[in-house]
Amino acid sequence: MSVNATNLVKTFSSGTDVAAVGGVSFSAPEGKVTSLLGPSGSGKSTLLRLIAGLEEPDSGSIAIQGKDVTSLPVKKREVGFVFQSYALFKHMTVRDNIAFGMEIRRASRARIDERVKELLSLIQLEGYQHRFPSQLSGGQRQRVALARALATEPKVLLLDEPFGALDAQVRVELRGWLSTFHEQTGVTTLLVTHDQEEALELSHHVVLLNGGLVAQGGAPHELYDHPASPFVASFLGGANVLKSRAQDGRRVSTFVRPHDVRLAKATTDSADLELGTVDRLARIGGNVKLTVTLPSGDAMSVQLSKLELDRLGLQLGDRVAVDVTSSKVFVDDYAI
Amino acid sequence: MSGTVTSRLGASSKRHSQVATESPWVRRLLIAIAALFLGIALLLPLSVVFASAFSKGLEPFFAALTQPETISAIELTLLTAGIAVPLNAVFGMAAAWLVSRYDFWGKSALITLIDLPFSVSPVISGLIFVLLFGAQGVFGSFLSAHDLKIIFAVPGIVIATTFVTFPLVAREVLAVMQAQGSDEEEAALTLGASGFRIFTRITLPKIRWGALYGLILCNARAMGEFGAVSVVSGHIRGQTNTLPLHVEILYNEYNFVGAFAVAALLASLALVTLFVKKGIELSSALKARRLTRRVEEARLSLLPASHSASTARSSAEQRSLA
Repeated sequence: MSVNATNLVKTFSSGTDVAAVGGVSFSAPEGKVTSLLGPSGSGKSTLLRLIAGLEEPDSGSIAIQGKDVTSLPVKKREVGFVFQSYALFKHMTVRDNIAFGMEIRRASRARIDERVKELLSLIQLEGYQHRFPSQLSGGQRQRVALARALATEPKVLLLDEPFGALDAQVRVELRGWLSTFHEQTGVTTLLVTHDQEEALELSHHVVLLNGGLVAQGGAPHELYDHPASPFVASFLGGANVLKSRAQDGRRVSTFVRPHDVRLAKATTDSADLELGTVDRLARIGGNVKLTVTLPSGDAMSVQLSKLELDRLGLQLGDRVAVDVTSSKVFVDDYAI
Repeated sequence: MSGTVTSRLGASSKRHSQVATESPWVRRLLIAIAALFLGIALLLPLSVVFASAFSKGLEPFFAALTQPETISAIELTLLTAGIAVPLNAVFGMAAAWLVSRYDFWGKSALITLIDLPFSVSPVISGLIFVLLFGAQGVFGSFLSAHDLKIIFAVPGIVIATTFVTFPLVAREVLAVMQAQGSDEEEAALTLGASGFRIFTRITLPKIRWGALYGLILCNARAMGEFGAVSVVSGHIRGQTNTLPLHVEILYNEYNFVGAFAVAALLASLALVTLFVKKGIELSSALKARRLTRRVEEARLSLLPASHSASTARSSAEQRSLA
């Protein structure tokens, strides 16, 4: 394991005394991408800054490649950090930005030039070495920030919402690019994001955080298919929540993902299945989003492929049989 | 500084274009009032100063300036500014760094304290130092026992000037530092830079214009400070007279040509300061433009020949259009 955090606690004195990180333990595997995923305020950025050494933990420990770094200053931790705001040195050229860390380590000029060239080709910005950050687009700036963080060959690459400041299209592009980029470099990466799609697509391991605590950690499909709590189930995949009462009288919530529902046009012999009404129908590219109102009054979103919809021949207002192929039931917790 | 202000005004005038275009008369009236005020409050006095200085010709003017007492006042003023400005550069940047980078108890009180020299009348500032270091003051007996003279001597003038001009650098630098945040410093930290390295390679280049602006203002005020210096100086001719004090003495002696000659010199110092500031702004703008052009050329040279030729042609066309 390349990065190990054990019982990390961090409380900020200003404002409320609620811990930003309230006892977090997790491990990030060597050479893989691990996502720290969570809604805003879940403590994921603070956790990343603790690992980088930009914040000091109240208690707990951090180890990088088996070595305890909890009391080491930032510059001795050998981490590369990429900020959401890029944080490029505005008064320096692209070349000088990338070279900064190597110059501090007193690398030879020839070595620096060689490495800068190598990194520029890696981030596909050859010929841009004399530009200033202000002359680059957002996506280009973020790639330069990535090259700068990698120039000193860090043990761990820490990315704090790296695509947060970019527009949606560039974000998707850069996500695909980062995936390839990671395959080429193979550096252990920790990615902080609030975007579950980003986390599920890019990472081998996901640590889902909520309120400064780990909600669940594991492979993306594990979290997706076997959520450990109602929070995980509703955060990932945007599930429908159906409230009901179990036989023993306890309230339960059933989580159903929009694509775990099969629909069929209602016929006379489908009486044993629940019948719903198609109330809304929106085609989004190859997918179709439907809202089906159930007899209980609950509205359920359903996702179908365009092909499937055409096959079923469904129209707005049609009565449909609803078959849930997979769901997860949680007993409601009254403690909250 | 002025750039941000104009752009902000520009944006708001665009947003309220209805208001701005509605009454050209009001606009003209406002411009006229501003021009009139500038003329009466700034240009007129300035021209009177120069006119009076040269009213008896060039010779009395230069005679007044080469008087030993005037020369000693010039020397003292330069010495005072020469000590106060570097001190305030260091104090100001340190204070701005502290306030913008760290959170600590009593931070807002410290920010208020930084402004204190501005909110207190300079005369009172001077009086504070008399009460501290004067013969009857808190440290009076200690100082006289060790034969140290602060009040009615050069050290007092330097201390009073430093105190009065302290907020100028601190405020300018603080504003710039707060606006720019500390992301770049943190990035440098993760790249392994030491604190000193971060300051010289990242922070200083970031704040240089703000700092320079603060220094120029600080220098202008240090040379022109009257109130606080007047209280601590004792007006000993040839010893503790700065230029502003010297102007007053000459004026009270009905030596109008002399008074206005020295005043003209002081005003010139201020004008030179302003020109230096403008020059620095211009040269930095020029440098930025040259840089952009160089990058543009480098970019063109990377493109295939036919493309760059057409781009060159279109830019030539644009130029001829312009």
